Amino acid sequence: MQRYILRRFFQSVLALLALSMLIFLMSRLTGDPTMLMLPDDASQEDIAQLRHALGLDQPLPVQYWVFLSRAVQGDFGRSIKGQMPVLDMITERLPHSFRLAAVSLCMAVLLAFPLGVVAAVKKGTALDTLANIIAVLGQSLPQFWVGIVLIQIFAVHLRWLPVAGVGSVWHYVLPSFTLGWFMVAGMMRLLRSSMLDIMGSEFVKFARIKGVPDGRVIWKHALRNALIPVLTFGAIYLAGLITGAILVETVFAWPGLGQLIYQGIVFRDFPVVQAVVLLTAGIVISVNLLVDIIYAYLDPRIRYE
Amino acid sequence: MNSTNMATGKLVKEAPVVRPVRWRLAALRRVPVVPLAIIILMVLTAVLADVLTPYSPVNISLPERLRPPFWEQAGSLAHPLGTDPMGRDLLTRLIYGARVSLLVGFLGLFLGGGVGAALGLIAGYAGGRVDTFLMRLTDTTLAFPIILLAILFVVILGGSLMIVVFAIALVLWARFARVIRGEVLSIRERDFVAQARIAGSSPRRIILVHLLPNVLNTLVVLLSLQVGWVIIVEASLSFLGAGVPPPTPTWGSMIAEGRNYIASAWWVSFFPGLAILVTVLAFNLFGDWLRDALDPTLRQL
Repeated sequence: MQRYILRRFFQSVLALLALSMLIFLMSRLTGDPTMLMLPDDASQEDIAQLRHALGLDQPLPVQYWVFLSRAVQGDFGRSIKGQMPVLDMITERLPHSFRLAAVSLCMAVLLAFPLGVVAAVKKGTALDTLANIIAVLGQSLPQFWVGIVLIQIFAVHLRWLPVAGVGSVWHYVLPSFTLGWFMVAGMMRLLRSSMLDIMGSEFVKFARIKGVPDGRVIWKHALRNALIPVLTFGAIYLAGLITGAILVETVFAWPGLGQLIYQGIVFRDFPVVQAVVLLTAGIVISVNLLVDIIYAYLDPRIRYE
Repeated sequence: MNSTNMATGKLVKEAPVVRPVRWRLAALRRVPVVPLAIIILMVLTAVLADVLTPYSPVNISLPERLRPPFWEQAGSLAHPLGTDPMGRDLLTRLIYGARVSLLVGFLGLFLGGGVGAALGLIAGYAGGRVDTFLMRLTDTTLAFPIILLAILFVVILGGSLMIVVFAIALVLWARFARVIRGEVLSIRERDFVAQARIAGSSPRRIILVHLLPNVLNTLVVLLSLQVGWVIIVEASLSFLGAGVPPPTPTWGSMIAEGRNYIASAWWVSFFPGLAILVTVLAFNLFGDWLRDALDPTLRQL
């Protein structure tokens, strides 16, 4: 077990390093930033001086080392537009993103689990068809457009809910629904097919023969086992959640990281985009590591692979 | 199929080299007519954009700005779906948007699908360290919200059609590599591959002549299943301002333009979204059908 954790930890660090190198190389693709920072008629000496001040006259590996050691210490440079440290911008916004993501995730789970289980148990009925339609629509609708249409209906016309921003509990309703709905589709489909597999297995039949009530068989014996594949896809849901959050936060003017990256794109504020990408990568890779460890703990077969 | 090389030709001819495209009769009867019609219509619209509309998609005409669709009071049939905040005909921009969205989508799809399939073939056939490395890379890509990298890519290099195509390929390749590699793993154990190897075929030849034809079915199904997703990715990038830059119309950027007029002019962002929905739905239903007809083992995807 320890060896397994160590190996996975090592792999995670390696992945993060590779990604930071990729981001660093991409940032050097832009060409020389001094051209943008100095006026056109700047003398050769001015350019050389600025290049020296920024460390651009150093060899690439040295530059990468400086970039990396600063990033580890939380120094991501200053925003080109706001002129404040990027780290401050991120810490200010992180809690908002976390709250929205948590609410959406809860909503998705609360909707997807009953729907997936019922669709599997009542296969072929109207409920199954409904679940299928939800799944197909979930894959065909552009998330940001759904958000806009929901604003038009519930905020502009009916005036039931606020248009955008944060404040009361009501501000959560539309964004978290928009964000959560898209996870429902995938989760539900997966749960439905794995429930169908499990329901046909020997031990479920045995439980039935033994006289265990249907409800208990479905919700306890079968669901527990059907959850394993859903857990496996946890990392992919997380990726979807983050992608979705960028779009949904932009639509609803939610002051989180997603909106920050959007503003970074609009103003071509490279340090901001770079920092958010790196930070998100760190979060994703850590969560993956955690999921793998939990998984190995739950299922001993994985440890000895 | 091995007329160039007598030695290998003799050996390989006897083996079942290419799995024939097996159309299932039952599935063939259920050809999805409506989705297919929509797809053909969209492709025709994209190709014939210049002929279909009298207006320019980019010329600004401020006096005509924000006209509603024809069925509303202030609307007229001159602009059936109304005009946008710059006074451009919305239907015209939708038609030209189809061209950009489909072009970027398909180019990205073929590039990403091609690279992914190639890496999948290599990983599956080579095995060992190459396989471990490529699959670790694939898993990391799949678990990473790769659209972030695409955004970074566009922000650094600036938006242009080819950059967006590359960004989409970057998002897409891992999905192909994973599945194709899985297919190759089972095919490479078959006798005809072993025979080819004994006869002295180079790895390149085995991959291109013996493995590739056998994963073509899967590749076609995967491609068709991903079209809808690619269109949504393209629209998402454009919506965020990381797509093909204005004034070129794309469906995603049109939705973004309408965002500030939600209360006063709903049609500006509504119709592009509807276009995306209808197109993606059509491609998804078509892809589902194609999968059932060609390769039902891919059901879980």
